[in-house]
Amino acid sequence: MTRRLWALLLVIAMVATLFGACRPAGPAIPYGGELRVGINAEITGTIPTVGEACVAGAEIARDEINGAGGVEIGGKKYTIKLFIEDNENKPESAAAAARKLITEEKVLVHIGANASKNAIPAGGVCNELETPMISPWSTNPYTTLRRPWVFRVPFIDSFQAGVNAWFGMTEFNATRGAVLFDIGSDACYFQGHFFKRVWEGLGGEMAAFTTFTTGDKDFTAQLTKIKESGAEVLYVPQYYDEVPLIVKQANRLGLTPKGGGTIHIIGHDGWESPDLLKLCGDDCDGLFFTTHWALDIAGEKTQAFIKKFREKVGKDPESTGGLTYDAIYLFVEALKNCGELTGDLAKDRECIRDGLAAIKGFDGVTGTMTPTSEGDMIKSVHIVQIDAKEGKFKWYKTVDPAEYEAALAEHGLSVEELMK
Amino acid sequence: MKKYYLPLGLIGLLVVLTGASWLGFFSDYIQTVIMLVGINIIVTASLNLVNGYMGEFSVGHAGFMAVGAYISTIFTTRVIPHFVLGTPLIPTGLYAPDVTAWAENPAAHLVFPVVLLIGGLGAAIAGLVVAIPSFKIRGDYLAIITLAVNYIVKSSFENTQALGGSRGITGIPKLSTVPWVFFWAVVSLWAMRNFILSNYGRGVVAIREDEIAAGLMSVNTRRTKILGFCISSFFAGIGGGLLAHLLLYINPSTFSILKSVEALAMVYLGGMSSISGSILGAIAYTGLAEALRPLRLWKWVVIPLILIFLMLFRREGIMGGREFKFLLPKEEVKGYAAASD
Amino acid sequence: MTYILQQLVNAIQLGSIYALIALGYSMVYGVLFMVNFAHGDIFMVGAFIAFFAATLLKLPFVPTMLLSMAGTALLGVTIERVAYRPLRNAPKLSVVITAMGVGLFLEYIILAALGPWRRSMPPLLPTQVYEVQGVRISAVQLIIIGVSLGLMIILDFIVGRTEEGMAMRAIAYDRFAVPLMGVPVNRIITLTFAIGSALAAAGGTLFSVAYPIIEPMMGMMIGWKTFIAAVLGGIGSIRGAVAGAFLLGLVEIGTGAVFPSRLRDLISFAVVWIILMVRPTGLFGVARRQKV
Repeated sequence: MTRRLWALLLVIAMVATLFGACRPAGPAIPYGGELRVGINAEITGTIPTVGEACVAGAEIARDEINGAGGVEIGGKKYTIKLFIEDNENKPESAAAAARKLITEEKVLVHIGANASKNAIPAGGVCNELETPMISPWSTNPYTTLRRPWVFRVPFIDSFQAGVNAWFGMTEFNATRGAVLFDIGSDACYFQGHFFKRVWEGLGGEMAAFTTFTTGDKDFTAQLTKIKESGAEVLYVPQYYDEVPLIVKQANRLGLTPKGGGTIHIIGHDGWESPDLLKLCGDDCDGLFFTTHWALDIAGEKTQAFIKKFREKVGKDPESTGGLTYDAIYLFVEALKNCGELTGDLAKDRECIRDGLAAIKGFDGVTGTMTPTSEGDMIKSVHIVQIDAKEGKFKWYKTVDPAEYEAALAEHGLSVEELMK
Repeated sequence: MKKYYLPLGLIGLLVVLTGASWLGFFSDYIQTVIMLVGINIIVTASLNLVNGYMGEFSVGHAGFMAVGAYISTIFTTRVIPHFVLGTPLIPTGLYAPDVTAWAENPAAHLVFPVVLLIGGLGAAIAGLVVAIPSFKIRGDYLAIITLAVNYIVKSSFENTQALGGSRGITGIPKLSTVPWVFFWAVVSLWAMRNFILSNYGRGVVAIREDEIAAGLMSVNTRRTKILGFCISSFFAGIGGGLLAHLLLYINPSTFSILKSVEALAMVYLGGMSSISGSILGAIAYTGLAEALRPLRLWKWVVIPLILIFLMLFRREGIMGGREFKFLLPKEEVKGYAAASD
Repeated sequence: MTYILQQLVNAIQLGSIYALIALGYSMVYGVLFMVNFAHGDIFMVGAFIAFFAATLLKLPFVPTMLLSMAGTALLGVTIERVAYRPLRNAPKLSVVITAMGVGLFLEYIILAALGPWRRSMPPLLPTQVYEVQGVRISAVQLIIIGVSLGLMIILDFIVGRTEEGMAMRAIAYDRFAVPLMGVPVNRIITLTFAIGSALAAAGGTLFSVAYPIIEPMMGMMIGWKTFIAAVLGGIGSIRGAVAGAFLLGLVEIGTGAVFPSRLRDLISFAVVWIILMVRPTGLFGVARRQKV
């Protein structure tokens, strides 16, 4: 008898929680003068510095804007309110977080997620629920493809991975390439395959094309294989938490110049985190990777941001910070293009989306950008070199899209062809 | 209880849930939670069949969910669009085909149950493949086998690039709705209840109590166990298919060992060998997981603690092997109060 | 040829670390017939203690490892007392769920309390690399293999030649008769957990020196893999745990070397399944009769 009573009580409790939760939070619209911005970031999980930088960048932008009295739209002043969700660097959680932000917190714009494997499903949700999304860091083309509601701040991998191939070939006069990537991550998978396409298109040969699964710590089998293959350049499109292990093991097995070999390792923007220097140290000294900005050639606006970030977080910002900062300001720019908020959530979201698409030549801390019809940004890629002694990433070269496309054209290639 | 109370009650619940969703009282988020509860009920009850009634220890339930999820998804994102829109069956290149033209057609909802059934069948066949060679293995070793199966399934999907590899499949049409999930939950529970009360089901419980004695009493132990396992896998597959069309995105890590552990937690929370227990366990666990969301990370510190306390102080779970009265046939009800578990 | 030898060296190093952890599973199973699913996370705690010993207390290698072993042994004993002992006579499934709960709890409390940031283990061992006929072996690898073997020999001695070891084997043989013989069962079980956890901590320290990135979830995958290694060798058997662990190391590195590396996990698990089909109690396990 008591058991059934317990069961009944439990069910009532659950139903009550549901009803409690579905009560709308406060006066729903007209926003009470607050612009609700959702942040979907990798706060816990395997790449926490990305989430940390993302949130910090957003908060710096918010404080700047609110400190100056807010954004004026249609004659009224609004302040920005951030709603932060952790996607744990897991795709399912990213999709769930996006759903929560859009339907529960009723945000006007969804900023995030950062890693492409999270941004792609989150983008699916945002597109389905018709909410504008800006991904600060995702470079995989899938995120925005055929999704009119999704935009991004950085360049895409069909540019970045291609530049890596071209750089590897020209910088080291190499013809035999190798790739080691995580088959479990969208971004890494795409970059590995695209690198191969461009490398072969430019006349090179892929000596080894090896993979591992997310979470692996031992790469000695794959690295030994790569060493055997006679490759000259090794592309490692991985995140900063895996790179140290890979490079250290490569050094130890004698692949790299540091270890007595001849293979040059190059990387991509996933490498850029101050933690890379901390975790890898001397082992990574001298290696190159592509990324969104270079701190030592930063312009005035960027320098101001870097200073604020240093004060707030206590270390140099990684690109995610600057990119998120730009994302918030892109949102503000879109609002200005939109002109007026009506208080009807669906209408306003659409207005913001159109406002984003209409942006031209936006000048942010990570460069000047204009969105394409797909929602991607055309920008330059910077190549930096790791200086372990000074603990910094030093600017080495900048490649802009025109230069890259010209190099491709010389070999009779075009980006559209390579994408098929 | 009068005979019509139960069907009326169910219809009433269905009307309330669906009406509230359509009228907007339940936000998209709440609807998602309700559907998750429904799916968890199906998954928990099906696992209970093997772990509770059969007394085995299967740790690989997520593997069968994965089979069902992938098969139903392949149909809705590849096979059907291929015949309707002409998109390629196996996408080559780096891009996925666009299936929205078909998915937004209301007719797609009519195909959904068929697709789910196919997924469930696939999962049942997978269960057969696992059960046949493995059943002479007992106890802890069976746990390892089911664990290995979970990983093998996950690994196989990760390595099949035609199925999206570890990046999974995106763009799944949203075909899971509150009424559908409710319907399937009721169907699963009804099917499993009838199985338990049938001769086969009695045989299953007899095997749990003493396999050798059961064999002597003319229970075909091998066939009964395999049948039980297949039914369990079938419904796991249905649950997986519903989940895929709710999350709109699946990848192999959605069905990792953690999912199996969650299913186990729900079964033990509700109480083994009790269908009512499975229902309550699923509701309680899902509700708890959502209610503790504000705690963020600490939620995952609290949940295992609750599990540990449960094991230390109330091992039988909420229901402890008993059932709600309306689930039992009339003859049993009279003897029920008298009998202890 | 050098390719094969190089991969062999890689495999032995991996196998010896797996062995230290797999031993813990087998020992506990031997005396309690329960699988301690929290063992992988005990390994993780061992690595963390080693990390803090090396960075905060700036201890060199040997004291770090000893401190880690001591601290983790304490943890293991506490877990046994609090979570497992009350369930000694409960149905086995309850203990298993409890063990899983303890494991999850350890993972998330470390994550919540210490944050998700990866930490890098400072280099505690000399980083020289030797080259023998084209095969590269680092000093780290040699020390890992040496220390593991040393610990295994010590364990063999304890279990085979001491009174406590004899008591452990007796409990594994017949749990109910043993107390009648005046053996302090609880104390022996506590000792078993202490030794098993200490070995896992040694494994954790060595692992974090070999793969210097430390994070709260590192125990999960290693836990499942070494558990499978222990079962492969016949859970409950100490020799079996070691054999299973080296076998797993070989299979992992071997498949990575020969097949495309993405098939590695798949093949490893398939091998496990096949071996269990052929020998259901593992390589060295003893088939137990079931009385009617």
